[in-house]
Amino acid sequence: MSTATQPASSLASSASGGSMEGSAHPVARHPLDAHAPDVVRVLRDDGTLDPANDPGLRSDEVLTLYRAMVRARLLDERLVLLQRQGRIGFHIGCKGEEASILGSAFAMRQNDWIFPCYREFAAALWRGMPLQRYVDNMFGNTNDPVKGRQMPDHYTWKSGKFGSVSSPIGTQITQAVGFAWAAKIRKEDAAVLVYFGDGATSSNEFHNGMNFAGVFKAPTVFFCRNNGWAISVPTERQTASETFAQKGIAYGVPGVRCDGNDLFAVVKVTRDAVARAARGEGPTIIEALTYRLEGHSTSDDPKAYRPEAGLDSWRRLDPIPRLRRYIERTTGWTDAQDKELEAELDAELKAAIAVSEKTAAPALESMFEDVFGELPWHLQEQRDELLRGPRAKGHGH
Amino acid sequence: MPQMNMVQAINDALRHEMRRDNRVVVLGEDVGKVGGVFRVTQGLFDEFGDERVIDTPLSEGGIIGTAIGMALYGLVPVPEIQFSDFIFPAYDQIVSELAKYRYRSGGEYPAKLVIRTPTGGGIRGGHYHSQSPEAQFIHVAGLKVVCPSNPADAKGLLLASIRDPDPVLFFEPKRIYRAAKGEVPEGDHTVPLGKASVVRKGQHVTIVVWGAMLYEALDAANQAAAQGIDCEVIDLRTLWPLDIETIITSVKKTGRVVVVHEAPKSCGLGGEIVALINEKAFLHLEAPPKRVTGFDTPFPYTLEMEYLPLSHRILPAIIETARY
Repeated sequence: MSTATQPASSLASSASGGSMEGSAHPVARHPLDAHAPDVVRVLRDDGTLDPANDPGLRSDEVLTLYRAMVRARLLDERLVLLQRQGRIGFHIGCKGEEASILGSAFAMRQNDWIFPCYREFAAALWRGMPLQRYVDNMFGNTNDPVKGRQMPDHYTWKSGKFGSVSSPIGTQITQAVGFAWAAKIRKEDAAVLVYFGDGATSSNEFHNGMNFAGVFKAPTVFFCRNNGWAISVPTERQTASETFAQKGIAYGVPGVRCDGNDLFAVVKVTRDAVARAARGEGPTIIEALTYRLEGHSTSDDPKAYRPEAGLDSWRRLDPIPRLRRYIERTTGWTDAQDKELEAELDAELKAAIAVSEKTAAPALESMFEDVFGELPWHLQEQRDELLRGPRAKGHGH
Repeated sequence: MPQMNMVQAINDALRHEMRRDNRVVVLGEDVGKVGGVFRVTQGLFDEFGDERVIDTPLSEGGIIGTAIGMALYGLVPVPEIQFSDFIFPAYDQIVSELAKYRYRSGGEYPAKLVIRTPTGGGIRGGHYHSQSPEAQFIHVAGLKVVCPSNPADAKGLLLASIRDPDPVLFFEPKRIYRAAKGEVPEGDHTVPLGKASVVRKGQHVTIVVWGAMLYEALDAANQAAAQGIDCEVIDLRTLWPLDIETIITSVKKTGRVVVVHEAPKSCGLGGEIVALINEKAFLHLEAPPKRVTGFDTPFPYTLEMEYLPLSHRILPAIIETARY
């Protein structure tokens, strides 16, 4: 890994495919290539929409999505602060990728499912997971949907037709395909959208999942958030393909690229992919060109590998101000309304944090539950031993 | 009751359950038209069609990953891994995902499926067609591991595994696929998971064994009997969770134990069984527990009969333990 003192140019020249974002000649596969001719864009710089691909969202839908994007942004910022204060252990956010996540989640029908990786809490909230439950997961307390058994941001929300988050990269991809395939076998109308990053396209699971979905025409929407980085490794080091969407060619799966910071473009391509799946035509791979404005997680300092100056162009493409310009133009949305919205969301968030922080840790014996359907003898013995024995200090028991 | 071999009994169990429950699907490499490389799924494709007996692309990770997704949807997949040696490309899906789904989702997503796979040596298969990797799965929280030794148990344990709420690895000892024959109950016949079988009653030495090595242990026990040593032979049937009660009851009676398994010796299930006996019945022991196992080498081709813990190696261990 390079150091913070290393000039940006040395990192750029080490990349096999060419220069880094922020330079004069971005390579085609890089997310900065959102203006390439094959990339679906709808929201123009002046805040108007390209009628050719306009998904036709109602004004109230756009405002609801804007609100969800701002909420995700505020959550991200607040959770990073909580981690820095030592009040939560970890956060892995989506700052800069809100349009990709919310646009795609919005485009799924009620009977469709979402299989997440770990950066899509906004999709879980969109699917109905209460904010309190999400924040409970961040604290790993007794009300955490996963009972404090996984790191923060590893939640689950089955009643919202939302999967379970795992840390290993790409494992959800084949599972999503199997799930979609099962729906097809049962002749039930459900598609599955599976999220993953550009790094996951290097995993076995991506290739297994694409291959199986292609062969069996499983109604799957592969949603690759090409956010430029897999921890410290840039897109150019992840693949020698020109694009991630073109990887579909090898599997007989159509690929499409869209401007992932353009809410309307994301809705348009995802809706098309779902419609294709619903017609029985099989999977689609979407490459959403977006950018990870922060580090990989709170455990990562991107200054060590990513020149700060290069972020400016991405900050200009930030999906929230872009959508803000649109709603200002179409609804007369004002700065005062923004302030009001932020104050309302901030209050909601603060209240949830206060409740979560005061909620007790999971009960000791819960550690032994859900390993098997019923508690076998060896776990009964080990549970009793733990309950009898000395307690770790400072962990609420 | 009809006479069957192991292959026929497993086939009978699959057919029975697929008729009873239309959520059950079989998937894997060559399981369809050809009926599996050992013919275990023969005829199922013709009866149930290609949406329930599915020939997949050649990818163990893909088979198990998609089977997990099917299970999450509500199907009951019974994927086949052609040889247990080839299970490792799917290891991450089994260990990181399948085993932990119920736990990691706070009980929201119990993922249950039965992975069937031929296992063990003695068929001149070299080390990519002969290994016994059961201990590597027993060490993972959340998995159940089964290994039948006869046709009736194979049917009964497989039906119980398919109906069990937890993910099960079902290891089929291929050396006895056709060699082990016996009466198999018709129709619905289950053998409960977690219950061992006392195959031979005896007073002097307990032998704990499973799978194909059961017959070697019985052979050794018969030879020992000629020397006045009366062995009790326990077939584990379910390797995890273990039927510790049956083992401890027997050891308390005999005071002596020999554990036999094909898998390598170090960190194998035999070591765990000995540790449990030490924890629970130490003061009843009259001799140090012994293990007769495969060696800590890759499984060999030409010398496989020297590698396997056959009766010629089990008998001296029984005698040594009995005379300690």
